[in-house]
Amino acid sequence: MTTEAQSEHSMEDRQALQQRLSAVRPRLLAFARLQLSDQVYAEDMVQETLVSALESLHRFRGQAKFETWVFGILRHKLIDAIRLKGREVTAEHDPDELLPDIDELFDERAHWTIGARPQEWVQPEASCERDNFWEVFDLCVFHLPKNAAQVFTMRELMGLETAEICESLAISEQNCWVILHRARLKLRGCLEVGWFSKGEGEV
Amino acid sequence: MTMACKRATELMSLRLDRELTMVEKSSLRLHLTICRYCRRCEKQIEILHRITAGRREDKDGCD
Repeated sequence: MTTEAQSEHSMEDRQALQQRLSAVRPRLLAFARLQLSDQVYAEDMVQETLVSALESLHRFRGQAKFETWVFGILRHKLIDAIRLKGREVTAEHDPDELLPDIDELFDERAHWTIGARPQEWVQPEASCERDNFWEVFDLCVFHLPKNAAQVFTMRELMGLETAEICESLAISEQNCWVILHRARLKLRGCLEVGWFSKGEGEV
Repeated sequence: MTMACKRATELMSLRLDRELTMVEKSSLRLHLTICRYCRRCEKQIEILHRITAGRREDKDGCD
């Protein structure tokens, strides 16, 4: 059966896109679980995202990266849930969890330690065009302590302002800034080791 | 005597979340003129912030 909407993509295209949807599911789930306290709700939301994506495949045009497009659907659902229900749905912020540890980055005078000194990156701007760059990026994010990964993704991947993040997690804005500072330094270091020092940034 | 690198990295991160005060801005700028590692760090953190924002956009290219 071919509807008019589906006919923009051939059957092979559709099958290939459905396979890519299944492939991206674990990453969507990891992301939703990080944000939501109720794991069943997280799974439901990812399921709804996949259904929405399948239903609107005809609207997917090649110019957007497929994963980015699907991820965008989930992002809107998460932002809606957080804005509507706030603390009821967001994963609880554990005040006892350790902050990302940045002690090894600086010496006793608070200057960079030799091993932590930032190195030159080659053409870093082109990296985001490469498919596996975001896989390495996500691995680095999920390597952070859970609280930090949650705050970082709310700020950088969902684009929420820090005031809104503090409100929904019941933490101070000062606390939010401290977490973001440490998360960004850790992520910078992780990407330098995992991507930019391997010449991957070179194109 | 300028601030140490650790404090400079706090300010370069903070700059992405709120506007810095005049004092914060000038002390960061002064530190960056003398420290190349912090200059690199600032540039890289800014690039990561920018390409991550680009990832949210439903468009071709990520910048």
